[in-house]
Amino acid sequence: MSDHKPTGITRWLFTTNHKDIGTLYLWFAFIMFLVGGAMAMVIRAELMEPGMQVVDPLFFNSMTTMHGLIMVFGAVMPAMVGFANWMVPMMIGAPDMALPRMNNWSFWILPFAGTMLVSTLFMEGGGPAFGWTFYAPLSTTFAPASTDFFIFAVHMLGFSSIMGAINIIATILNMRAPGMTLMKMPLFVWTWLITAFLLIAVMPVLAGAVTMMLTDRNFGTSFFDAAGGGDPVLFQHVFWFFGHPEVYIMILPAFGIVSQIIPTFARKQLFGYASMVYATAAIAFLSFIVWAHHMFTVGMPVAGELYFTYATVMIAVPTAVKVFNWTATMWKGSMTFETPMLWAVAFVFLFTIGGFTGLMMGVAPADFQYHDSYFIVAHFHYVLVTGAVFAIIAGIYYWIPKWTGNMYDERLGKIHFWWSTISVNVLFFPQHFLGLAGMPRRIPDYAVQFAEFNFMSSIGGFAFGAAQLLFLYIVIKCIRGGDKATDTVWENPEGLEWTIPSPAPYHTFETAPKVK
Amino acid sequence: MSASKIMKKLFSLLCAGLVLIPASVLADYELNLTPSVTQLGRDIYDLHMLILWIVTIVGIGVFAVIIYSLINHRKSKGAVAAQFHESATVEFVWTVIPFIILVAIAVPATKTLLAIEDTSNPDLTIKATGWQWKWEYEYLDSGVHFFSSLDKASNDARQMNSGTDPRTVPNYLLDVDKPIVVPVNKKIRILTTANDVIHAWWVPELAIKRDAIPGFINESWFKAEKTGTYRGQCAELCGKDHGFMPIVVNVVSEGEYNDWIAKQKKLAKASAASANKTWSKADLMKRGQEVYNAQCAACHQANGQGIPGVFPAIAGGKITTGPVKGHIDIVVKGKAGTAMQAFGAQLNAADLAAVITYERNAFGNKTGDVVQPSQISK
Amino acid sequence: MLNQQNKSHNKLVGKLLLVVVGMFGFGFALAPMYEAFCNAFGINGRFVDIQKGSYDATVATDKMQLDKDRTVTVQFTASRNQNLQWEFRPMETSITVHPGEVREVKYYAKNMTGKTVVAQAVPSIVPGQASKYFNKMECFCFTQQTFAPGEAKEMPLRFVVDSGLPKKISTLTLAYTFFDTERRKVKDSAKIETNMRLAIKAR
Repeated sequence: MSDHKPTGITRWLFTTNHKDIGTLYLWFAFIMFLVGGAMAMVIRAELMEPGMQVVDPLFFNSMTTMHGLIMVFGAVMPAMVGFANWMVPMMIGAPDMALPRMNNWSFWILPFAGTMLVSTLFMEGGGPAFGWTFYAPLSTTFAPASTDFFIFAVHMLGFSSIMGAINIIATILNMRAPGMTLMKMPLFVWTWLITAFLLIAVMPVLAGAVTMMLTDRNFGTSFFDAAGGGDPVLFQHVFWFFGHPEVYIMILPAFGIVSQIIPTFARKQLFGYASMVYATAAIAFLSFIVWAHHMFTVGMPVAGELYFTYATVMIAVPTAVKVFNWTATMWKGSMTFETPMLWAVAFVFLFTIGGFTGLMMGVAPADFQYHDSYFIVAHFHYVLVTGAVFAIIAGIYYWIPKWTGNMYDERLGKIHFWWSTISVNVLFFPQHFLGLAGMPRRIPDYAVQFAEFNFMSSIGGFAFGAAQLLFLYIVIKCIRGGDKATDTVWENPEGLEWTIPSPAPYHTFETAPKVK
Repeated sequence: MSASKIMKKLFSLLCAGLVLIPASVLADYELNLTPSVTQLGRDIYDLHMLILWIVTIVGIGVFAVIIYSLINHRKSKGAVAAQFHESATVEFVWTVIPFIILVAIAVPATKTLLAIEDTSNPDLTIKATGWQWKWEYEYLDSGVHFFSSLDKASNDARQMNSGTDPRTVPNYLLDVDKPIVVPVNKKIRILTTANDVIHAWWVPELAIKRDAIPGFINESWFKAEKTGTYRGQCAELCGKDHGFMPIVVNVVSEGEYNDWIAKQKKLAKASAASANKTWSKADLMKRGQEVYNAQCAACHQANGQGIPGVFPAIAGGKITTGPVKGHIDIVVKGKAGTAMQAFGAQLNAADLAAVITYERNAFGNKTGDVVQPSQISK
Repeated sequence: MLNQQNKSHNKLVGKLLLVVVGMFGFGFALAPMYEAFCNAFGINGRFVDIQKGSYDATVATDKMQLDKDRTVTVQFTASRNQNLQWEFRPMETSITVHPGEVREVKYYAKNMTGKTVVAQAVPSIVPGQASKYFNKMECFCFTQQTFAPGEAKEMPLRFVVDSGLPKKISTLTLAYTFFDTERRKVKDSAKIETNMRLAIKAR
């Protein structure tokens, strides 16, 4: 059969091909990653020295807000959906996603939502400046007019995610090749199945939260306004009911990617496949019942604080099981350290550090000191940058030879890895000290005793940012040429995606493969 | 000097730097959680150390295994992959062990939490109200009441490109014009609420962080065991100047505290009396200048010229040289839809009268009007 | 074959959409659920249904059981909201009561804005779990209060502390916040921020 693909701009606008859409998602995520990263550079430039030098405090607040929103909704989530689009059909032996036309819509909403979100920065009154958590009443009664556009953008992003999730669930449940039972699915597919269920459960709650904001702002309701019988704390409950599962939405697919990579380069089967699946499900379940650990200081009754402490620290159990399983997979393997493996190993180390600080903050009395300080900034950047983002980069190095048919530049890849890993620790590790010493988060200027570590952190930040431009170069170079990749790419990797030629043909598995 | 010599020199400099930087950092800067001057704070600190040690030991254990494996189980060393990929026993054990460790953490955590939330039988209650962007304090037992905002030195230095090096400002961003004063070794209950958005009252050394929520009231407490000055900041993003509303608590002996309260009451009485008394123009002008610099200069500028198109000029302004009543009105009630606040809520009658008199007779304005406090209170 | 597959997609997608719609509704349902929770456990010391009295004289006779052996300190405090030009304070800041004893205190309020203001007082109490035991029989917070320009009022609060109040609670603090029901709207504060931004740029 001929492997024809359409050409020109219409190929991308009207495409229903899962590989094209996966590519679009990944490029969108990369662009947003650079935009959000540029905002992080502004933040670090202002914080490099005490005193105000670069931006005014209000714009600084817009930067922290937009950086968070863009990285969460524009970079990490779309990147993960991009991987799902490319890899899920190829891993389960399906010809395409279950609902290809919906797939096209769910991508093409994104650029509009993203543009609208960024454009709020240029509106009268400035962009949203109330943090990515947009607590009421700062985001309702006291917010600029552009907030209504922000709400609309969040609605569109939510629609996109929900459609994407429905598509992924339908693909995984209905389109597996004969013999591909649930417990034979690669772990990446499993983590995405669970993530997709999390998405359809909590994205509508976020939509509800912003809708209540919208009516509070414009239509005289008072869900979050004490004067009308509402309560600002209610907003935080609704937000974090979405927000906590949301962080697992970003990290579970990362677990999946790393669980694909480590066995390949250890030349050994993943240890404890079944317990990995159960641990993922356990984490997803627990994520629904721990939300208020983000709000220990709002004045909950002591019984509530105790319950949320106990439930939260329980998450350490399935997470520990995962780390132990990766360790056992490497143990007595026959390891080589190509670039994807380097990123995956760094993920295991650094994500674990982020997990440890997470455990510390789950304990309510101690959290009274950590809450809203730089300690938590360090924590969530360890789990999201050296966790989710490292896994995304690892996944790109791992699968890009399959996508393009070319090997990436191994030497540059290793430079990218070491440069990023060292600088990211210079960037975020000192922030632990800053938080413990009492520096609050989201401030544009600080007392002079925090100056040295902030300086160090800024240097690390600029270095880490520059490293990602090298990544952009490596990716473009790989697309344009390079050593030809073999069909298996790596030495004996497991999985259906390695049984097809490199680069992957436009149409794959039009007749379903047989899985033993 | 040859190139190699320069390189050598640079290298030695770099080495010296690498050795020196961590040493100086360790000497001057806090790496660990801020030590506290309260029993609760020490309990929290101990809890923090307990968990920190647990995760450090677990971390060293796990990382050691991984590193051993990374070094020895590599293909280049001729390692051949083993075939095992599950073990019910091992998996069971490493599920149960973390669980046991967590129970061990939960016990002291519960104890500390119950102590923190026991606010009964306080010796003194202070209500802290968060405003954009300052704190208002009210001593419920004695009625002492005042606002506390960022001190002038820090406020000047923190302006964009102010030209002042923050390192030369004592307690940069951590000092206020009027700190709260409390007695040592007494149980102080802090009630928090807010005037506009959510703020949070945080003093690390007193181990308190509690949200201040508009319309609702929260409580927490501390009992400082050492006299001294303890500094903190607002911990919940509350808008533009979130980073510029510090908290300063002076813990003093009981005698000093009583003196301070007596003095505050006297000041309040004098301020009340000042509203009835008739002031001389010179006194009004002097006080007015102080109030102007503290409250008005940020927008209308120190020279009274304002910023064209944004903040009207005081010098030769339509209101400041027009009828007195209009001037009083705008200062007291503010102007809806602009940055002009209603200062009637924040300043007393004497201050209002003084600043209005000042504005009408300074910056080249020559109305000659003298506004008395009694004209304000109506 | 392909058709059949599409059919099964439709069924599954239908079910998933139901979940989505259900969870959107659940987001809104969190509001009344939260209120019910607060009501049951006294979270945040908030009183649900501030417009109504939480005290019903006909069924609560046993709550009136006077406990002469026990005293509870009740503190009163008052806050304004958003620079409201307003004098608002309790006329007594602290009283000692026996559980079961009916007491009355007064709050003083004066409208110092030049216009008529309709204000709503929102009560809150600490410790939070006391909200269940603090029964307001008459309160100025039950209705919105209209003040003519310059009008001053003494407003009564009649209450009884339930004798079921947990023994370890010896001090209660009741706080009222006065809200102007027609507060400055969004657009105004956005304009303020714009002005500030321009000012900062100009500097």
